[in-house]
Amino acid sequence: MTLLEIKDLTQLFSGICAVSELNLNLEQRELVGLIGPNGAGKTTVFNLVSGFYQPTHGQILFQGRNLARIKPHRISALGIARTFQNIRLWKDMSVLDNILVAQHYQLGYGLGSLFFRTPRYLKRERDIRHRALELLEIFKIDKFAGEKPGNLPYGMQRKVEIVRALSSGPKLLLLDEPAAGLQSTDVTELITLIQWIFDQFDLSIWMIEHQMKVVMSLCSRISVIDFGRLIARGTPAEIQQNPEVIKAYLGDDQL
Amino acid sequence: MKRFNVPILLIVLLSTLMGLAWFEVIDLYIQTIILFMGINIITSTSLNLVNGNMGEFSCGHAGFIAVGAYVSSILSVALFTKSKVFGAPLLPPEMAAYGFPLVLICGGIAAAFTGLLVALPSFRTRDDYLAIITIAANYIIISTIINIDTIGGARGFMGMRRVIFAMEECAEIPWMILWVFVFMVLSIIIIRRYMSSTYGKGVEAIRQDEVAAEIMSVNTNRIKLVTFMISSGLAGIAGGLYAHTIGYINPKSFDLLKSTEALVMVYLGGMGSISGSIIAAVVFTLMIELLRPLQIIKWVAIPLLLIIIMQFRPEGIMGHRELSDIFPRLKKFYKFK
Amino acid sequence: MLETLLQNLLNALQWGSFYSLIALGYTLVYGVLRLINFAHGDIVMVGAYIAFFISSALLGKYGMPAFLPGWAVLALTIPLTMVLTSLVGVTLERVAYRPLRRKGANRLYVVITALMAGLILENGNLLVLGASRKKFPEMIDKVVYKFGSVYVTNLKIGVILTSILSFVVLHFIITKTKVGMAMRAISYDKFAVPLMGIPIDTVIVFTFVLGSAMAGLAGILFALSYPILDPYMGMSIGWKAFIAAVVGGIGDIRGAFVGGFILGMIEIMVVAFFPSSYRDLIAFSILLLILTIKPTGLFGVPHTTKI
Repeated sequence: MTLLEIKDLTQLFSGICAVSELNLNLEQRELVGLIGPNGAGKTTVFNLVSGFYQPTHGQILFQGRNLARIKPHRISALGIARTFQNIRLWKDMSVLDNILVAQHYQLGYGLGSLFFRTPRYLKRERDIRHRALELLEIFKIDKFAGEKPGNLPYGMQRKVEIVRALSSGPKLLLLDEPAAGLQSTDVTELITLIQWIFDQFDLSIWMIEHQMKVVMSLCSRISVIDFGRLIARGTPAEIQQNPEVIKAYLGDDQL
Repeated sequence: MKRFNVPILLIVLLSTLMGLAWFEVIDLYIQTIILFMGINIITSTSLNLVNGNMGEFSCGHAGFIAVGAYVSSILSVALFTKSKVFGAPLLPPEMAAYGFPLVLICGGIAAAFTGLLVALPSFRTRDDYLAIITIAANYIIISTIINIDTIGGARGFMGMRRVIFAMEECAEIPWMILWVFVFMVLSIIIIRRYMSSTYGKGVEAIRQDEVAAEIMSVNTNRIKLVTFMISSGLAGIAGGLYAHTIGYINPKSFDLLKSTEALVMVYLGGMGSISGSIIAAVVFTLMIELLRPLQIIKWVAIPLLLIIIMQFRPEGIMGHRELSDIFPRLKKFYKFK
Repeated sequence: MLETLLQNLLNALQWGSFYSLIALGYTLVYGVLRLINFAHGDIVMVGAYIAFFISSALLGKYGMPAFLPGWAVLALTIPLTMVLTSLVGVTLERVAYRPLRRKGANRLYVVITALMAGLILENGNLLVLGASRKKFPEMIDKVVYKFGSVYVTNLKIGVILTSILSFVVLHFIITKTKVGMAMRAISYDKFAVPLMGIPIDTVIVFTFVLGSAMAGLAGILFALSYPILDPYMGMSIGWKAFIAAVVGGIGDIRGAFVGGFILGMIEIMVVAFFPSSYRDLIAFSILLLILTIKPTGLFGVPHTTKI
């Protein structure tokens, strides 16, 4: 069944075409990749899907529902979560609080019960905290719960950000260059982590990644875009052989 | 037992203060200073919510104080006293004692809705652009009051003393100390409960990374709206208390200079720290009173002192911390929620 | 009717000139440092007082011999005031702002320091000179030109032309000279600029020199037009000029220039058609409206968040 359907998606930034007539499908329980040279418009696609930009043309359908004009926080509540290229954790908050704030979509209490500390409020807060701690425990980062993200090593911050995205119970997880800035040992660990998440949780993962090792070992399908256009798609093996892709990455004269 | 420590402490403090005032151990002057302290605590903690926790730069807090001061003064004078403007009291003056807190809350609600003037633009803009919107809002509020002649216009509005007298008809206790204390504690509780909830942590998330907050399911517009309204609403209550403490208000007393005072208290205390705001409010009130004999030199000495303090502690007295972060042993003693 | 409008237009241009000059100073400092220099309005006041003392001295007060004609006094007062006022501005930056910047304090603490510095200037003045208001001396004879029923004084023309001229000069400095380019470079990227070998502190000092000189000029022109000086004269006009700068799009000197004239225009027109007590109410409501429609000001570029 189709989870995400992108139809004729076009995004113009003051005349510059960042994404052009993109058509893509994502099935449920799929782990797929989006690659392309720098500035190809990959992150723009993610920004469009997560609602941060409104598309100039075209549609994005998530479980058959058009995402146009829906605010990002609603889209997140619908089940799309993401991470960012340059980690965007809330730096002055503890790791636990970072996870807690990502639960805003399911707080389930109003301001009235907040100020009067009604039993409902207390129960909800307890449940949310419990769930967050549980999640931290699953990923073995519960010992950092009280730590500020800035004090953690870079690789650990990546992990926390992925856990934060997961904590909102997504059906689709968007990973924007999860391996960026990681050392090679950490990259191996990351591959295991993403595979593990994909096996354990009932979700689809769509990732942008420059490190071919990551994409090739994880993704079942890969789409390649260049200058905002889809230039190829297929299995990792097919993509590696595709002349268009090689041209996009290496340039014309190399052939 | 530790959950009762703070309430007991507060009750002891309140009854001591009221007792001292009742037996006239402390004279009216000192009582007024204590009242100002309480009012300034409400002012600084409420502004801290927006400027410290949410990271906006609101420079027009006095505008909301003005709305609260005027609305509650007009209501209380009209309801409980005989006045030239409104004629005979609308309610029996004996009800003043019970009606007064409600009147204050009405002032707070009015101020909270005036907060929309600032909250709605904050959806689309922030930082220095929002700063000037708040300054403009301050000007607009003051200018509106000046142009309403029925409530005194630029001449000001008075008659709140008679409301206090009406309350004293009921029972002769130092009412203002009671109300200032009660509302001060209430606003601290409101702010603390708000900020310690997961919902309120969204405010911090907005300050640290608004984009990430919105994408991680935080309804940033709604939180901004709520936060601005809580902040301006509490400022309105501070305004009502101020008006009834002084007994006379005029639009000039709520200009940008008053807003500057509020800003000073917040940044002196340390952005985002409730205990910092409280300490700063107390220190600032004392400073103004202690330096009063210096007369005009005071208004050079205080800014100079503040500049020097900021040179030595460029993150305010408390930084972004609470008292219990600095003295962890305090936590053993109290549980304050 | 047309003549009233024309007359008001001229008044608005004069009134807007003050705002423009002050807003230019605000915007220069803001553009380079991202610092709202709230003391700027009070530097205007200081400028007016400096001009008062210089011109009085040259006109023969304080036991000085009066040997110069009025126009020469004015010609001397203007550059001297601008130099001395910029000295005040630079001192402020050296003593109060720079140490905080070096310590990496939150930008808002520098803003609060600026607010406090403004208070010190106001009240310090009151303390030193007392509460009596000063009457600014008249240096040039007033000439009134009459066109139909529209009156123009030489002063009015002078004020308007001076402000336009200063804008042109400033625009030239910012766009064509090396130091101007350095100023713009700092506003784009504070961290890369020192790596390029540009002495960042020198550029900042230069910015304060320019901004405060503009404030000094505004002070003289204001004092010439409204010759009663008092220590609080700069406060309100300073706040308002800041708002004008933001409405124009803060950080862009064209924005400050245009914003100043817009505010002047609105204020004068409101007073022409409504009771004067409505001035702030209507003027600020209009400005709020402009900012609601264009949140980054008229010349401001929308800030695109990159993720």
